[in-house]
Amino acid sequence: MSNMISLIFITIGILFNMLGCIGIIRLPDTYNRLQAATKCVTLGCCSILLSVPFHFGFGDAGIKALVAIPILFFASTVGAHALIRGTYHFGIKLGEKSIKDDYKEVVK
Amino acid sequence: MRYVAVFILSLIFWLLLTFRFTVSNLIVGSVASIICSAIFARYYLDGVYKFLQPKRYFWFIIYLFIFIWECIKANIDVAYRVLHPAMPIRPGIVKVRTTLKSDFAKMLLANSITMTPGTISVDIIGDNLFIHWIYIRSEDPEVYTGMITGAFEKYIKRIIE
Repeated sequence: MSNMISLIFITIGILFNMLGCIGIIRLPDTYNRLQAATKCVTLGCCSILLSVPFHFGFGDAGIKALVAIPILFFASTVGAHALIRGTYHFGIKLGEKSIKDDYKEVVK
Repeated sequence: MRYVAVFILSLIFWLLLTFRFTVSNLIVGSVASIICSAIFARYYLDGVYKFLQPKRYFWFIIYLFIFIWECIKANIDVAYRVLHPAMPIRPGIVKVRTTLKSDFAKMLLANSITMTPGTISVDIIGDNLFIHWIYIRSEDPEVYTGMITGAFEKYIKRIIE
């Protein structure tokens, strides 16, 4: 039973990781690609980590995997923020589909 | 006082990560936690007494469930946009005002916004958050401010401020 739950979590995780990779290939510019990269890959990895306690039991491996989830969450959100801000300050323009840019007035 | 709080938190974190409750491990963890709290405690945790108020934990658990639900919605949203043949995107950067005051609350709000459907926070300047939005649904600042921050702001206010 617990083996099956862990398999379900791993399947969901790999599915979302794959969707994130498709997003990185298909979306037009850096900013939109970062959207796919942060969201899908974070939930995918969290789901795979969630499967660990079901597979190995709530021993040391399971607890460590659960502790890794908040670390992964903060690391990926802060990393995405740093990347997207760095991209803007580096001078890469928003893609031609973009319709609004409020940040332009602040950054000189 | 706040040094003690950071010390206890990092020691708990150390014990969970290493997961060996021997005396030598405790000593090494205490030394590492003392170094951590000596360096970083002045940047975090304005009011340590807030740790002792149980209703903040209650709001935190509710916030956690809302957050997980939004996170799953965000992933389905990205999946829809990626797999749709025409790719329905209207990206842009919008400016959103927040009423939160402390730095820690703003950080938590920005991180939450990054994980909600279609939004990612670019920068915080003063009270303004700059959000990259993959599909801008409305041009009116009042409407989109409610859409972006509305779900989280009131809970974060109850948890932290």
